[in-house]
Amino acid sequence: MGAGGAGEKSDKVLTCIRCPRGCRVTVALGAGGKVEAVSGNACPRGDSYARAEVTAPVRSVTTTVPVDGARDEGRVAVKTVREVPKGAVLDVVRALADVRATAPVEIGDVIARDVAGTGVDVVATSRAR
Amino acid sequence: MRRYDVVVVGGGPAGLAAAVAARAGGRRSVAVIERDRELGGILNQCVHSGFGLVTFGEELTGPEYAARWADAAAESGAEVLLGSMVLDVSAGPEGPAVTCVSAERGVERIGAGAVVLAMGCRERPAGALGIPGFRPAGVFTAGCAQRLVNREGLLPGREVVILGSGDIGLIMARRLTLEGAHVACVAELMPYSSGLKRNVVQCLDDFGIPLLLSHTVTRVEGRRRVEAVEVSRVDGAGRPVPGTGVRYPCDTLLLSVGLLPENELSRAAGVELSPVTRGPVVDDSLMTSVPGVFACGNVLHVHDLVDYVSQEATRAGECAGAWADGARGSGRTVPVVAGTGVRSAVPQRVDVARMPDELVVRLRVDGVYERRSLVARAGGEVVARRRRDILVPGEMEQVTLRREALLGLGGVDAITIGLEA
Ligand SMILES: Cc1cc2nc3c(=O)[nH]c(=O)nc-3n(C[C@H](O)[C@H](O)[C@H](O)COP(=O)(O)OP(=O)(O)OC[C@H]3O[C@@H](n4cnc5c(N)ncnc54)[C@H](O)[C@@H]3O)c2cc1C
Ligand code: SF4
Repeated sequence: MGAGGAGEKSDKVLTCIRCPRGCRVTVALGAGGKVEAVSGNACPRGDSYARAEVTAPVRSVTTTVPVDGARDEGRVAVKTVREVPKGAVLDVVRALADVRATAPVEIGDVIARDVAGTGVDVVATSRAR
Repeated sequence: MRRYDVVVVGGGPAGLAAAVAARAGGRRSVAVIERDRELGGILNQCVHSGFGLVTFGEELTGPEYAARWADAAAESGAEVLLGSMVLDVSAGPEGPAVTCVSAERGVERIGAGAVVLAMGCRERPAGALGIPGFRPAGVFTAGCAQRLVNREGLLPGREVVILGSGDIGLIMARRLTLEGAHVACVAELMPYSSGLKRNVVQCLDDFGIPLLLSHTVTRVEGRRRVEAVEVSRVDGAGRPVPGTGVRYPCDTLLLSVGLLPENELSRAAGVELSPVTRGPVVDDSLMTSVPGVFACGNVLHVHDLVDYVSQEATRAGECAGAWADGARGSGRTVPVVAGTGVRSAVPQRVDVARMPDELVVRLRVDGVYERRSLVARAGGEVVARRRRDILVPGEMEQVTLRREALLGLGGVDAITIGLEA
């Protein structure tokens, strides 16, 4: 790390996690940490990933919650419909620890609204009958 | 005896895609035999996302991906026998047959024009590893821990060490951390991760979990329950270096040390198995050494991406269907040989006269390589070339062979795929 800190230009190398290809993406940061260029990404998704990652990183969250009244299943799988800020991931998992679903559950049913104040809903990704 | 044009053994993603393809819009009768009470195979417990980008152009979770294929199989009109375990596959003069057992119908024999093996794989168990020490409670395979957490809602332990950097172990490092456990480290025997790079980034780096390359567990402490493990560095030959051991107090050791294709049925049926992939040796139609018996998915070779399982299985289903219709190859196949730097290639044989215009050969390299080309040669001539910035054993590679290019050479004796500068 140079002594000049955030004021200097620098390159940041990231692994894009948007798909299993895992491209090595280089982000050229200008003075003040502004993104000047993104390279090495094989598709546009890598560009948006890299820009978000150096400014406001996001992740999607998946887990399972217990389901009441189902014939076979004890739990249903769920996910956030969109990515949430990386820093909120643990809050989302904690909030979901207290959530129960009631059968029948279809894939896509909303299980929790505005989880942990992120403005993002949580939907079922498996069925329970 | 009941009879179908195509019988598929196993209702995971491979079996389902094979069934849909074999049905060919209702032209053939198809049965899928699954021992579990539901379709979808191992994906039902893989609740994280990252499936289906290739197939559906969107990022799905495991259960969602499985449900799409289960729905497609139902729509195709393939018959599904749940809770039915296949005990035996055999090939007779009237074609192959399977024996299965279920609570409802007892033991029954089902005839087929062709059989597709899609039994998946299982995890290499603790017993297969030579770790000294007791075998206390608290040692789990990563997949077993995945089932406990995701399907039963149970946390296997609070303080965890993971041996092996396979994808399931990496995924579980994140899962357990989010569920409130502490993962001290992931130890990997090899000098590289055996899982996907993206999983190292989003499952370990995101949570500051160290990945100790060239390390292994050298001792397990505790009589009734794991109390600590010792992790040591290994030398170039994979032998622990004395004096490098670090003791990690923990109550749980997870193993993510590899998957083994589930081939007991195949072996009993007389199918030739490859000592490298541990799956059947197949030709370009994915037919095994037993005529009329095909294989796809993880029973054929361990895949890291389910999308490619679905692609491979679609071809197996099409070819099994064609075989059931009476189509036969030219009878002459040439070997696909794993050359420099390539550990395994599937299929292992190609019928050049019968192969499709483009045939995908899937392979794994035997080490980490940078800036190389995957080159396929026949009789010294280059027939396919693919430039790669980086090649690692943990990620399956592919090379596409073109029929025209091979036919253009006249007679071909063998196709060798290797790494070149
Ligand atoms: C524990 C574990 C976790 C995994 N996690 C991931 C992951 O996170 N991401 C990823 O991309 N890949 C993962 N994989 C790899 C994953 O298995 C493949 O991507 C994909 O599921 C392979 O599909 P398949 O149909 O070949 O096998 P499977 O999904 O294993 O399906 C095989 C099916 O055959 C059935 N069967 C087996 N024997 C018989 C018999 N004798 N009679 C009747 N039915 C039988 C089984 O019950 C099962 O339903 C994981 C594998 C394992 C073992
Ligand atoms: S840049 Fe595109 S192709 Fe590369 S890993 Fe990201 S999403 Fe995948």
